[in-house]
Amino acid sequence: MTSAIGEPNITAIAFFGLFIVLSLGITVWASRRTRTADHFYAAGRSVTAFQNGLALAGDYMSAASFLGIAGLVALSGFDGLIYSIGFLVGWPIVMFLIAEPLRNLGRYTFADVVATRLRQTPIRIAAAIGALAVIAFYLIAQMVGAGNLIRLLFGLPYEAAVVIVGVVMLAYVLFGGMIATTWVQIVKAVLLLAGATILAGLVLARFSFNPLALFEQASATYGPSVLAPGRQVTDPIDAISLGLALMLGTAGLPHILMRFYTVPDAKTARTSVGYATAFIGFFYLLTFILGFGAMVIVGRDAITKVDAGGNMAAPLLAAAVGGTPFLGFIAAVAFATILAVVAGLTLSGAATLSHDLWVNVFRGAHASEREQLVVARVATIVLAIVSIILGIAFKGQNVAYMVGLAFAIAASANFPALVLSIFWKRLTTAGAQASMIVGTLSTLVLIYLSPTIQIDILKHADAWFPLRNPGIITIPLAFIVAVGVSLLRPVPSEERRFLELERQLHLGLD
Amino acid sequence: MSDPTLKAVSAARWRMAILLTTIMMVVYFGFILLVAFNKALLGTTFVGGLSVGMLLGVLVIVAAWVLTWVYVRWANTHYDASLRGLKS
Repeated sequence: MTSAIGEPNITAIAFFGLFIVLSLGITVWASRRTRTADHFYAAGRSVTAFQNGLALAGDYMSAASFLGIAGLVALSGFDGLIYSIGFLVGWPIVMFLIAEPLRNLGRYTFADVVATRLRQTPIRIAAAIGALAVIAFYLIAQMVGAGNLIRLLFGLPYEAAVVIVGVVMLAYVLFGGMIATTWVQIVKAVLLLAGATILAGLVLARFSFNPLALFEQASATYGPSVLAPGRQVTDPIDAISLGLALMLGTAGLPHILMRFYTVPDAKTARTSVGYATAFIGFFYLLTFILGFGAMVIVGRDAITKVDAGGNMAAPLLAAAVGGTPFLGFIAAVAFATILAVVAGLTLSGAATLSHDLWVNVFRGAHASEREQLVVARVATIVLAIVSIILGIAFKGQNVAYMVGLAFAIAASANFPALVLSIFWKRLTTAGAQASMIVGTLSTLVLIYLSPTIQIDILKHADAWFPLRNPGIITIPLAFIVAVGVSLLRPVPSEERRFLELERQLHLGLD
Repeated sequence: MSDPTLKAVSAARWRMAILLTTIMMVVYFGFILLVAFNKALLGTTFVGGLSVGMLLGVLVIVAAWVLTWVYVRWANTHYDASLRGLKS
């Protein structure tokens, strides 16, 4: 059974080839419709609520959640589920606080909203630092994951896998912009939801469709501790800190926030978050079944023999319950998942570089439609090359912490400034700018000083900062800096602009 | 600018947002605090295979669904109606 992993698998290659042909076909179709910056960044604002709900789910459910969480649950039981739950609870926050005002106040990026009543240049630069830091760490994690997974699943060399992901993703974004990226996300989300549902169904079929029988079997084989919190949560403060970053980081991810501009109005944005929350919650509930299924049916020893981190739990489970053809399908779905997430990240990075920095900082918001498109595409090519180089440079490194780092920066650098700019009329340019910069830097410094880098990676005896997750310090710090700096030097003109924009915040530009 | 109706709509919208955000945070961090400080309780099993922790975990996901649904229902009826009133 395990021999099926890591060998070129005909079904996997066939399914993956089919996905590539379909997605490139979508790209060709989308490229004919991509004529303006509105098309390139926001799909012409024509995406429906149901479509955007699927696309949001597609952007959010990375291979890390599918393979990583299934593996974590298979190896440590309940502890893995803490991630499943943490990744979902950010969505209601996006709904209540962010989605509609964002759609009404901005055009392409979340920095549009923060900058809307404040001074453009300092806000755009500070927001770009936070956004690019999130995107860089998220991209590295995805690219390194892609290289490793594809080597394990398809038997391709690591570098070849990274280059394939980089080049195909470049084709989507460069030619098809947000229209192609949205449809790639939708196809990927449907495939991933279908694949995970079928896999969970095949697992449950062995337990007369009773999940409790599955959990009972897991508890009987590996001890009742698999159903309780265990060694992953040794430090209570760290657990709370991680929870904060997962919840609030979701509401600060640039590639997720950007999706709200693809719909026609705020009401559609609202409905789309409803669909996204339903799909994502359903998916994370399935990870309970997949993780415990792999634990019981494949067995922990067989999982760690293939990959010590447990990332192959779901593919091994697919081989065990559905044979090699189903393994091929799941492998292709995992590959498609990585491609789609990387495309979404690259597009949001391109929007930050071209729309926030080039157009609004260097060109003072005076750039023709043609120039905006050219710059966006140049930025896309630069980001694709950089992500391929980073993917190869970080080969063999432990990058599992980088997704957590991306969420911690998103929660500390982007979320406080964004939410205060929407809710708090006294926020000033200096306050928002200081908050975003302090949020980014404090997170980077504390992660560097944490046991994750100092002990696990640099092999030092101890770490200066005791927590692995800095969110509990950095998120309140970013809020305090924003409020403190704003109150210390109030700017009445910026407060008046808030009142002027209040109508637009609720009604949009009508 | 100093439109009293806009002020009222805005205040109602943020009251709802803050109320639902607070409930979600209490539910989620309540769960996290139990994970952090009362592992024994979460490990207790009701019937074979179902521990308190697993059940509460599923309930947190269900709570996220329910709160999202409550907000969409409220916004589709009350908030949208107020917005129509503001436009006219």
